[in-house]
Amino acid sequence: MATMAEKIFSWKLGRDVEPGEFVVAPVDISYFQDGTGPLGIRRFNEFSDNVADPRKVHFFIDHASPSPRKELSNDHRFIREFARRMGTYLHEYGEGISHQIMVEEFAKPGDIIVGADSHTCTLGALAAFATGVGSTDAAIAMSEGGLWFRIPESYRIEVSGELEKGVYSKDLILYIIGKLGADGATYKSAEFHGEAISKLSQEARFTISNMAIEMGAKVGLIPTDDETFRYLKSIRGDQEFLNVVPDEDASYEKTFYFDAKNIPPGVAAPHNVDNWKPIDEVAGTPINQVYIGTCTNGRIEDFRIAAQILKGRKKHRDVTLIIAPASKRVYIQAVTEGLIKIFIEAGGVVLPPGCGPCVGIHAGVPADNEVVLSTQNRNFKGRMGNPSAEIYLASPATAAASALKGVITDPREYL
Amino acid sequence: MTILRGRVWKFGDNISTDHIIPGRYYHLRSNLPELAKHVMEDADPEFPKKVKPGDFIVAGKNFGMGSSREHAAIVIKLANVSAVIAKSFARIFFRNAINNGLPVIIADTDKIDDGDELEVDLEKGVIRNLTKNIEIKIQPLPKVMLDILKEGGIVEYIKKYSRLPVTE
Repeated sequence: MATMAEKIFSWKLGRDVEPGEFVVAPVDISYFQDGTGPLGIRRFNEFSDNVADPRKVHFFIDHASPSPRKELSNDHRFIREFARRMGTYLHEYGEGISHQIMVEEFAKPGDIIVGADSHTCTLGALAAFATGVGSTDAAIAMSEGGLWFRIPESYRIEVSGELEKGVYSKDLILYIIGKLGADGATYKSAEFHGEAISKLSQEARFTISNMAIEMGAKVGLIPTDDETFRYLKSIRGDQEFLNVVPDEDASYEKTFYFDAKNIPPGVAAPHNVDNWKPIDEVAGTPINQVYIGTCTNGRIEDFRIAAQILKGRKKHRDVTLIIAPASKRVYIQAVTEGLIKIFIEAGGVVLPPGCGPCVGIHAGVPADNEVVLSTQNRNFKGRMGNPSAEIYLASPATAAASALKGVITDPREYL
Repeated sequence: MTILRGRVWKFGDNISTDHIIPGRYYHLRSNLPELAKHVMEDADPEFPKKVKPGDFIVAGKNFGMGSSREHAAIVIKLANVSAVIAKSFARIFFRNAINNGLPVIIADTDKIDDGDELEVDLEKGVIRNLTKNIEIKIQPLPKVMLDILKEGGIVEYIKKYSRLPVTE
């Protein structure tokens, strides 16, 4: 009668757990990025000089990557020196975004993983109990090999039917967040189920789990199935992985029902992720910049969708089009398939793998009052480095179509 | 953690960590005193100049939503804000605040306005709005969090007890 979250903790602790219980659980992987790593290292140095298992710790330099200024170069050097001294993993400029590298190479179904980055919940699409924490909590996990947790109550989100043509997992999760609200699942383990979810490719599922935090959830879990194992084996070869599904009589605090076939392409309008609008309502809004990438939508499938629309066409004169692959693996595959050539010929600027302009530090900060349409996960005021800019969130297809027209555009016009 | 007293700076719902400490000051994260000069800047550009030691930040629901940047809790603490009071908090911010010894208080904030004077008794679990002469109940914190707050933060807790705050 256990939900996915309860099952994972019960396995790890060797006993049944109940929601609301406080436990210390072993952590399979803890990780940091360049914005949270330096503080994590300083905190670690205050109470510890021993990393429990260096091969379970990762540092990623993905946010300000490569460094745009000396202060950040110094932070990066500080991270490199610590990682080398302790023998942890270190992921350098050009390797990509932490969460993407985690799902490609490291995260496994049934793992407990903490990352000092809120979008660590992306890994939940592989049925890993992966949650974002602050630098100090990640430092504790690095030192102790475990951390204290409160076992969360679970919400079940059941999506029937199938997404229509031109509607993607990004449209679905934006719609769900719009209905539940930015705090609609605060603290809960959100589990995604139903025909529409099981029909999604693994890459499309990452977009769903990635945005679980945008409704406040602690984790965004998707049960394992043939598609999960196909994805894992395509990258990691023939290994055995745990099958993580809830018990049939698992009890959920709440269940929400959605029908995929009623959902149109949509956006999150400024300045909150739950400010959902159907595409009809915002089509025609002039935009100044389009960004296709991030841990939400910077994967090869996203690039294939965008390239299908951009192929043989030119972006609108008044729009800046920026593209950044989520990882080196995505980048190489996109080069091999000719997608990067399509982006460049359409007038796009291709950045190295990493977070790119989503974090407001470099490489695509909007001018005052500019309007951005991005495939990222957050449109908070100031998010991209300018508090007077407006950010719309949308799927890669909507982003590509909008880049061509210079206004927010229904992608179905091009499909 | 005796009795906290100060003036209220009132904010609305969904104050994000980007409001609290904007990403454009990312390069100052290893220079916390400089970073703290921009506390709450995108919610109220004058806030860093106006806030006085002991003051309260009071907000609606979902305070601290968004990124995991612990710096958001740290800059509020460095501004000597005595507590953040909100109807609800985002999970990561809440935990970061406790870990840094910043009291985060869940209470109905509808009857607290900008400029009100408050007295907060954490032990008794009550907010006294001295301006309006009313009392507001605080939702009690789990014991593990109170224990961490009492020591001034999780690092101080671990240094003192050489263990995590939950034992089985």
